[in-house]
Amino acid sequence: MSTPTLASKRRRSALRTAAFMSPWLIGFAVFFAYPLLSTVYFSFMRYDGFAPPVWSGTKNWGYVFAHYPYFWPALRNTLWLVVVTVTLRVLFGLGVGLLITRIRTATGVFRTLFYLPYLAPPVAATMAFAFLLNPGTGPVNSILADVGLPAPGWFNDPTWSKPALTLLALWGIGDLMVIFMAALLDVPTEQYEAAELDGASARQRFRYVTLPNIAPIVMFAVVTGVIQAMQYYTQPLIAGKVASGVIQGAGTQFEPGYPDKSTLTLPQLVYNLGFQRFDYGSACVVALVLFALSMAFTALLMRRRGGLIQAGG
Amino acid sequence: MTRLLDPPTRRSGAPASPASPAERTARRRALLEWIAVHALGIAAALFFTLPFVFVLLTSLMDDAQALSRDLVPHTWEWSNYRRVMDTPGFLTWWRNTLVYAGLGTILTVVSSIPVAYALAKFRFRGRNLSLMLVISMMMLPPQVVVIPMYLFWAKQLDLSGTLWPLIIPMAFGDAFSIFLLRQFLMTIPDEYLDAARVDGCGDLRTLLRVVLPMARPGIAAVALFQFFYAWNDYFGPQIYASENPGAWTLSYGLESFKGAHHTDWNLTMAATVLVMAPVILVFFFAQKAFVEGVTLTGVKG
Repeated sequence: MSTPTLASKRRRSALRTAAFMSPWLIGFAVFFAYPLLSTVYFSFMRYDGFAPPVWSGTKNWGYVFAHYPYFWPALRNTLWLVVVTVTLRVLFGLGVGLLITRIRTATGVFRTLFYLPYLAPPVAATMAFAFLLNPGTGPVNSILADVGLPAPGWFNDPTWSKPALTLLALWGIGDLMVIFMAALLDVPTEQYEAAELDGASARQRFRYVTLPNIAPIVMFAVVTGVIQAMQYYTQPLIAGKVASGVIQGAGTQFEPGYPDKSTLTLPQLVYNLGFQRFDYGSACVVALVLFALSMAFTALLMRRRGGLIQAGG
Repeated sequence: MTRLLDPPTRRSGAPASPASPAERTARRRALLEWIAVHALGIAAALFFTLPFVFVLLTSLMDDAQALSRDLVPHTWEWSNYRRVMDTPGFLTWWRNTLVYAGLGTILTVVSSIPVAYALAKFRFRGRNLSLMLVISMMMLPPQVVVIPMYLFWAKQLDLSGTLWPLIIPMAFGDAFSIFLLRQFLMTIPDEYLDAARVDGCGDLRTLLRVVLPMARPGIAAVALFQFFYAWNDYFGPQIYASENPGAWTLSYGLESFKGAHHTDWNLTMAATVLVMAPVILVFFFAQKAFVEGVTLTGVKG
């Protein structure tokens, strides 16, 4: 082999990079950049998939924000999920993580049992909860009635449908539990020892040693939780469908967000506008709102966790 | 181990009988704490397992009892599972799910590894930008681009009514898998790669012979996640396969099963168990890889 010049060496290394990156470069162009630009384009078009698209200016935008009856309820539900569900999930995940690090007997069994619900496929898990919480014959209400407590309507009652979804989300806490568990085990032992020498109580040790050490992970859990809440789709949809007893099939129209719009989320609106009403233009408007919100929180995540990019290891 | 994790019993492992009052209170407190922690643990375990138990019990009730408020079956109707399996379409959904999950997983792993390797170990301009775009794609809900994608697959390629619009993109790298693999490959010391280079290995040979064997746990985690993703996916099949029941997957078919068996909670729960069981079985065989993957996405970043 002749000694390569610097320029040819550089060219070779650029080619090598391009070759290794090529699957993703194509994927990025075809499945991300092109459809994203296309979504922007369609948001200014009237298009039903049959007649050619017609320029309609900001009409779709006006319709979604001012007249589409599902937009604001969906956004309000998302806010509710962010404030209540995400908060409870982080607190519960931290609590279960703390608990699992203190259990000394059959730790593996407990950990597995705590983790399993996270694995249940969302459709199956939601179906299971729709059964468990069904107001008529469900085990939960049977037990509540037996001990003399009021039995809520859960997925059939607009005030209880989101708490029921929250219960489902708390059941599947396995992901956060594992993350918090790892973070808690990473807290340096010496800091606890030093705090104890200084006479810190258990509560003070948690406040001044544990919390500062796991703060980045709490932040990570909050931001990813917010992103997940905005993209919440399968569970609220299935819960609404099963509770409303609608038989799925071609041509069936399901009242989105049953009961009373209480389980609507933004992704469901894209489906409703695009694939039930064939108003692709307005569907793209909602898609862009979803995009903007997701990216805003992703940026927050990347800034907060610069280590994610740089250190990486 | 941390102080947090010290078994309370260790303190009582110190000199046994004639204990000073202070030691005795300390021991009693430790014992009480042990009891409190384990009582809470058992309560939590009930919260996490009882839903599974009720679902299983109901799946074994006869039709009439499934409509009652009873919690335990009078007769154990194992034939419910037979009835679910015999439902027209159920085995087809099973097969479609395996094709989608199996083929999708293979394509994802093969196409994501070289990208992750380049992002982890090559130095090039735009690497950080690429990584940021990968993370952005990872955080992007599928609904954002679904309209143009649907028009592309359905109107231009005439592939609606099949699962191909979901499988083919997986041959072009999956953002989440790339990110997770990249995190894993970062932990492999550069010395190994340098040594391979000194021995005359090209980039591809280094990747195949040196990096891949070391990255096996990371690859296992990615494969598992991708398999579960496809198994659990509802939105994808809803968009592309809904018009053709012959292309439905288990997650999609399960809901229509409920619709068709409106009041048969026993059959619906049996079908639910059949959708859950494979995932949980796979987990038991691959527990370590899975937990490692969850930790990698969150903590090691």
